[in-house]
Amino acid sequence: MTFDLIGPIAYASFFLVLALVNALVCLGLNVQWGQTGLFNVGVVGFVAIGAYASALLTTPPSQGRLGGFALPILVGWLAAMVASGAVSAFVGAVTLRLRADYLAITTFGVAVVVQLVALNAQGLTGGAFGVAFIPRPFDSLASTPALYDLANLALIAIVVVVVYVALERLARSPWGRVLRAIREDERAAMALGKNPVRYRLQAFALGGALMGLAGAIGAHFIGFIAPENYTSSLTFQVWAMLIVGGSGNNLGAIIGAGLVWALWSASGLIIADLVPASFEARAAALRIIAIGVLLATMIVVRPRGLIGEKAMVSRHLDKE
Amino acid sequence: MSGRTPLLIVDKLVAGYEPDLPIVNGASINVAASEIIAVLGPNGAGKSTLIKAIAGLVPISGGSVTFAGHDVTLTPAHRLIGAGLAFTPQTENVFASLSVADNLKLAAGVLPKTHRADRIAAAYETFPDLARQRGLTAGRLSGGQRQMLAIARSLLVGPRALMLDEPSAGLSPKLVEMIFATLADIRQSGVAIVLVEQNTRAALALADRAYILVQGRNRHEGPARALTSDPMVAALYLGGVETEGAP
Amino acid sequence: MTPQVLVDGLMSGALIGLGAIGVTLTYSILGFANFAHGEFISFGAYATLLVASGISALIVGSDQGIGALSISPAVIGASFIAMALTAGLALALDKILFSRLRGKSAAISIVMASFGASMAIRASLEFAFTSRPAYFSRDLEIARPIGFSLRATPDQIALLAVAAALLIGVHLLLTRTQIGRAMRAVSENPALARVAGVDVDATIRFVWAIGGALASASGVMLGLLVQIRPFMGFDLLLPLFAAAILGGIGSAPGAFAGALIIGLGEAITVQLAGSEWRAAFAFLVLIVVLVVRPTGLAGRPT
Repeated sequence: MTFDLIGPIAYASFFLVLALVNALVCLGLNVQWGQTGLFNVGVVGFVAIGAYASALLTTPPSQGRLGGFALPILVGWLAAMVASGAVSAFVGAVTLRLRADYLAITTFGVAVVVQLVALNAQGLTGGAFGVAFIPRPFDSLASTPALYDLANLALIAIVVVVVYVALERLARSPWGRVLRAIREDERAAMALGKNPVRYRLQAFALGGALMGLAGAIGAHFIGFIAPENYTSSLTFQVWAMLIVGGSGNNLGAIIGAGLVWALWSASGLIIADLVPASFEARAAALRIIAIGVLLATMIVVRPRGLIGEKAMVSRHLDKE
Repeated sequence: MSGRTPLLIVDKLVAGYEPDLPIVNGASINVAASEIIAVLGPNGAGKSTLIKAIAGLVPISGGSVTFAGHDVTLTPAHRLIGAGLAFTPQTENVFASLSVADNLKLAAGVLPKTHRADRIAAAYETFPDLARQRGLTAGRLSGGQRQMLAIARSLLVGPRALMLDEPSAGLSPKLVEMIFATLADIRQSGVAIVLVEQNTRAALALADRAYILVQGRNRHEGPARALTSDPMVAALYLGGVETEGAP
Repeated sequence: MTPQVLVDGLMSGALIGLGAIGVTLTYSILGFANFAHGEFISFGAYATLLVASGISALIVGSDQGIGALSISPAVIGASFIAMALTAGLALALDKILFSRLRGKSAAISIVMASFGASMAIRASLEFAFTSRPAYFSRDLEIARPIGFSLRATPDQIALLAVAAALLIGVHLLLTRTQIGRAMRAVSENPALARVAGVDVDATIRFVWAIGGALASASGVMLGLLVQIRPFMGFDLLLPLFAAAILGGIGSAPGAFAGALIIGLGEAITVQLAGSEWRAAFAFLVLIVVLVVRPTGLAGRPT
């Protein structure tokens, strides 16, 4: 094997796969926030639910832990979407008829509780050690890492493209139009006999299902999950991605995911290489500060909230 | 115009919630001490917005408000009451979650500490109904009692001018009579009163002068009696006919 | 289950209560759930730690615990300064962030701004103090019997008394003073409050200051009883929100009652299921309240 070429290709595809997984989460968040205006502070919780649901169904039987049904990966993916979508629907049903902040608080609670369950319900989630031996697509190619990564890259690229096309079509469908109408003028939409709560609930569940799918895809690519992969900093990252890409815009969500993930990874490499080990934790904290400041500044600089897709809406309307 | 020097002069006021969408568009009114003026007009004429703007609750983008010789156009709402200009909104004009006593104590906050208890005692004397209910949460008062509390709260600091937004709204004719009688008493004590009313006949019967606003501007003005007998005014505004002014 | 849960539950209920009052007041007066409130708690604890070490460097012996307590005069003095500093942090955050958004953007974007601020403050604390736990005192305290077969450490008893005093003080402030009436008035109807002569901006600043100071006190107590970490406030956020909503947004006594229920529930959860499940109870309460009675115990319909 010649390292001069294979190494960079392997690294690039590895990086891109994770970027696309993030893009998928970001697309889910865009359905919730960008297109519907629902504020989810517990993104990581819904990603983790998908990852664990799929892992439990597809791993080989394991002692001391529930699950291990060795089902096909595709079944795991579907189950992940159903599980995260169902939890989202439940959260939505409880909170969407109430004040907007209650949804935010409850999603925050979901992330806390999911982390708690992942860490402590050993019989279900493997506890702090997590779940290993999650079947990987194209595992037969694993002996050639570059090929394995490339094959996975192709697979997830297809998934992202399919989801992207589906979401774009959905935005132009009658359903998408009602959703926009509700966000722009809730009362007018209600006068037309549309129930805003029902549409919001559907959008929130759809976004949650996409997050769950992303969680499952990520888990199957790495082959191993543990609670420490699902901390609140993931939520912050995805938010930064959506904001950088421009919320309300599906293509922007994907580009933002790539950009922020690149910056995040690059800064991680720089910290690991250049910063003395004793200072590493602090340098990592600086990254979080930067995202927090970015989030707060964007909201102030763009006073109409972050719903910056006015142009997008009129473009859709023009086409109609 | 009466012969007295006006206490409150509103000159060509332009105001609205959004800068490019003025609801009040050049309205002018004035009122002197011991005078009652009525501001009338069809729905959407900008009557309410006019007095809310004077009270500092709606952004003013043109014209001026002069009170007791001082320009108060840009004075924040909470300073006006201390300066002697009181306002009673139409709805939600008492703090429903506070007791009657706390409503009055809150209003007394702009007075020097030594005067507060005396003024509250005086208010209870004027409105004995409220004195009996002082421990009750204001949200549990009847409609008439609420209106009384709202007026008592506005009068507590001894203002020189009182603006009221539709004090008769939603009250029985008997209660309206009572409220208007109270306003007549208040005028006797030297207070200038600006009354915005939908109930045109009752308002004209009480007021000395009246302004009729259409589309945010003065359309008619004059002594209340003259307006009542003006056949055109009577046809347009006293018959309850909606006119071109309504949006 | 032992009656000991009563002591533990009261203690954590008091800690949650001090924070939840700030959450409920800012929520009802400013109309948004402030996700940075947890960071006020952490900030207060670290500010106290820093100031206390300064004081004990200046005044020899001020870092010794008073009597049977592990709490030193330096920490007590520092906690007052930290309350002022945390109030200052809350005011600064309002000035540079929230006040710019007030009235202009949807409430939810203010929530989001608070979420960003929460991250930035928490990571700043991590940057300055690292994520290693810190302690006010290394003294180990022994729980003593206090009757009814209950045991409590002298620190716990002292802090419960302080928390009770603070809560009674806040209650008197809200019900008996002019600023308290003004706060309730602004929370119900800001426009009418202005007409009634209330300086709404000044009242809002006062609410931030009170909320920050109480959060700081809560942080110091948590630091004395457990430890000081950058995530200590963030981890308390879910119970704070749950207590505020359970009590009914805007009601200080409600928030305190909600906090006691959650504190006791957490203590029982710890007894029955283990300490790792503590945080799940607050979530359970949150869901039940939102399903059964979203206006909370003392809530008025919104």
